[in-house]
Amino acid sequence: MQQILLEYSFVLRALAGALLASITAGIAGTYIVSRRMVFLSGGVTHASFGGIGLGHFAGFSPVAGAAVFGVISALGVEYLSGYHKIREDSAIGILWALGMATGIIFIYLTPGYSPNLMSYLFGSILTVTMADLVALAILSVVLIIYFTLFYRTILYLSFDEVYARTYTRYADHFKYISISLVALTIVLNIRMAGVILVLSLLTIPPNIVMLFTRVYKRVLIWSVITGFAGTISGFTISWFAGVPAGATVIFTLVVMWIICRVISGIFAVKRNNVKQKTN
Amino acid sequence: MDYILEIESLNAGYNGNVVLENINLRVRENDYIGVIGPNGGGKTTLLKVILGLLKPFSGRILFHGGSVDKTEIGYLPQMSEGDVTFPVTVLDVVLSGLMIRKSVTGRMTRRDRVHAMSVLEELGLGSMAGIPLSELSGGQRQRVFLGRAVIGSPRLLLLDEPGNFVDTGFEMGFYEKLKEFNKSMAILMVSHDVGTISSHVNSFACVNRTLHYHPSGKITNDQLKAYGCPIQLVTHGEVPHTVLQKH
Repeated sequence: MQQILLEYSFVLRALAGALLASITAGIAGTYIVSRRMVFLSGGVTHASFGGIGLGHFAGFSPVAGAAVFGVISALGVEYLSGYHKIREDSAIGILWALGMATGIIFIYLTPGYSPNLMSYLFGSILTVTMADLVALAILSVVLIIYFTLFYRTILYLSFDEVYARTYTRYADHFKYISISLVALTIVLNIRMAGVILVLSLLTIPPNIVMLFTRVYKRVLIWSVITGFAGTISGFTISWFAGVPAGATVIFTLVVMWIICRVISGIFAVKRNNVKQKTN
Repeated sequence: MDYILEIESLNAGYNGNVVLENINLRVRENDYIGVIGPNGGGKTTLLKVILGLLKPFSGRILFHGGSVDKTEIGYLPQMSEGDVTFPVTVLDVVLSGLMIRKSVTGRMTRRDRVHAMSVLEELGLGSMAGIPLSELSGGQRQRVFLGRAVIGSPRLLLLDEPGNFVDTGFEMGFYEKLKEFNKSMAILMVSHDVGTISSHVNSFACVNRTLHYHPSGKITNDQLKAYGCPIQLVTHGEVPHTVLQKH
């Protein structure tokens, strides 16, 4: 009986985690994919690992440490990218390595029990706590309100920043708020998918959706739905196959992307044939 | 005489480097000025200063004798090929031309949408409102951006290299539309393609650090040389050709 209850609560927690991860990753992912900031987000992800290490070493919450590192590095890169004096990709590459190096050093310096490095690198649904879920739920609400309320401002700023600056004084404010929310999305989803895989949770769903629609609002909504479908399928497969959940979810999403790519390719060929006939 | 835009002894540039020096320019209603000059001569910088995107070092810019009213300026930025895959519809792009009159939430009303549709109809894109921008040709896309620039019925239209990435076949329609818009708004058009625009504009402003105003739509290579404007006239006939000087 106890066994069943335990499994039931685990499944419930996994479901809630999948839903909240899909909402946050779908929204933040649409933002970074459409603005071509995937590499920048990769840098932020790995920089936040430094915060995880520091948290362990200094004895505060690793997630809080990751959040601080993630947001600061995101703001830093966004700020620097406004000035074209530095080579942005090199700077991101350095940030990427620095975060990982710092994290690893701090984790090994931590006396006594050494946390399982693998669970941070590859994620584990087992380690998701109630506090994580609450944090993800709050972030989901914030993201939904932010993207609903300022939909056009965010859309137009992402699409054509030069033009947006002619009518708004708040371009920088919105850029900084948006990238901070992206950083928080990444950090809070590290428990689920791990440092190495979390970015794909953000980037694959919008890329699947953009094979079929190029309307921003639809990309936002369908990325959440696609992410949820992929995450749930991934969890189910990992549960029965006994393989790590994070990796299975990402693997499922990639397979979905390949299948959709082929389907959209067939549709494109058909459309072209119709076009040629009507011509 | 009433001027829409007056620029007086303007100096501007980036990080202390002077790009524009002692610029003076007066734009009247219904003026159609071609802003020409070499790359790096300061053409785009001039537009940025007028738009308030760049603060000048010194000098004055007056709009109707007062401070610049951005709702009265329409702007078509230089097109970059990079972002044509961005997921945005034609209608949404045109609607963004109304953002200057909106609060930061940018809520669009039914009337705004109807307005945007009528602009699209006028530009011959009525059937494409719901289509993603990425599915349009370069020329159609440029017309969408023109729609965004004129939806607010500006008094002054600033165009930055509208001929870039545009198939020549379409160009004529684009310039004819501009001629129509010119009846209700002054136009400043930046271009490096003097040959094409000379058959449309009424006057030239040659920008190469300084600005020389040429109050006629016809300009010769000798005049360009005298203005210190190292560009060549290229005429687009059946076969584009350069007009060579006598030698």
